[in-house]
Amino acid sequence: MIYLKKQTFEQSAARLEEIVKKLEMGNIPIDESLKLFEEGTKLAEFCNSCLDNAQQKIIELTELEAEDANAEQ
Amino acid sequence: MNSPVITVTQLNSYLKSIIEGDENLRNIYVCGEVSNFTNHYRTGHFYMVLKDAESSIKAVMFRSNAQRLRFMPENGMMIIARGRISIFERDGQYQLYIDDMQPYGAGALSVAYEQLKNRLASEGLFDEKLKKAIPVCPSRVGVITSPTGAAIHDILNVLGRRFPLAEVIFCPVEVQGVNAAQQIVEAIERFNAGRYADVLIVGRGGGSIEDLWTFNEERVARAVFSSDIPIISAVGHETDFTICDFVADLRAPTPSAAAELAVPNRVVLMEHINQLKNSLINILNLEIEKKRTVIKSLTGSKFFSSPIYYIDVKRQTVDSLVEKMSVYMKREVNEKQSILSLLCGKLHALSPLKVLARGYSLTLKNNSALCSIKEVEIGDEVDVMLSDGLLNCSILSKAE
Repeated sequence: MIYLKKQTFEQSAARLEEIVKKLEMGNIPIDESLKLFEEGTKLAEFCNSCLDNAQQKIIELTELEAEDANAEQ
Repeated sequence: MNSPVITVTQLNSYLKSIIEGDENLRNIYVCGEVSNFTNHYRTGHFYMVLKDAESSIKAVMFRSNAQRLRFMPENGMMIIARGRISIFERDGQYQLYIDDMQPYGAGALSVAYEQLKNRLASEGLFDEKLKKAIPVCPSRVGVITSPTGAAIHDILNVLGRRFPLAEVIFCPVEVQGVNAAQQIVEAIERFNAGRYADVLIVGRGGGSIEDLWTFNEERVARAVFSSDIPIISAVGHETDFTICDFVADLRAPTPSAAAELAVPNRVVLMEHINQLKNSLINILNLEIEKKRTVIKSLTGSKFFSSPIYYIDVKRQTVDSLVEKMSVYMKREVNEKQSILSLLCGKLHALSPLKVLARGYSLTLKNNSALCSIKEVEIGDEVDVMLSDGLLNCSILSKAE
């Protein structure tokens, strides 16, 4: 579950879609299916918690530009 | 009357002073059709002839005035020009010096709008094929609008309600007035420089055509077109169409609508995620059930329940093969026997012994058959074969 924290919602949702598609196609050894299933349910949980807990964040463009300028120095 | 002789220059200069001294010719409005229009490539002055059905007059508009025009005069266009009459002394040509002009009928802005729209359309800036796809799930939504108007509040409200996951990167700009176009162009360029957003909303709330004019300016349109980040335009109300709207990758009727188009709905997303989760469970259960059925059909087969059965089956096969083999062998022997007796019959029919039985005989000397009397001498002994035995004979005489 910890490794998921680093991922964004978008990546997790995309991976979840991919897993479901893979499983729908079939022809996967059962132990691999189980692994995918486990990963998929964790991703779903993560996505839902993202959507539940998100707070809108507003940043001014100048802040991002300043960050980038600092990073370059 | 004794008039003094004057030069041409003096004459033209005199006429000029008279014309320029006439109040009526100092600030006049002239309505006419533009013809012979030239936009001088080096000086930027406009030269043209204004005419109506019966008459025409030369006209010039110097660059300082010409570049303030929002539309471009064209041949055949009816205009109202404001200016003064004076004389171009070098040619002795009187002409209209235009300070400003308006298209006759339609307003200058709407003519400028149509002209720019047609030009950009012919350049392909509105081409549907060049429009970039709006990302379904952006991480960062860039917003370029006024910090004070209702638009920013509407946009933030909708974004926050629908998809608070997306960070909002806000770049406040003026959306009307002389600085607006430059600020919007720069904002679009700054967003692109650092790729600070996945999608941009550019717009403002409603207003008059003059208020919205910034979004009809060519450089704004070109900046929108050049942006690598997809742009949703949201200018004014549903009925307002700006050039910016045509160039943008997606046009939203209002700023709120732009926010709705920029991000997915959280509620719908959650439903989708849960649907995916359910299909995960269903697929896996189905898979397990399928595998279970396969195992069941395997363990339930006769092979598993009584392996001896398979040996019996094989034994039966061997037995039936042995039986078949003996049947074939018998048939083969019989066939050969009948062929043999047939051949014996034929052989018998051809035997010379048969001929002997009918009273013919065969004469042999030293066991070889004689065919001519020349083969024996008087006194030789020969054997005569009859059907039932041999006669040993001596040759007494020969006759031909």
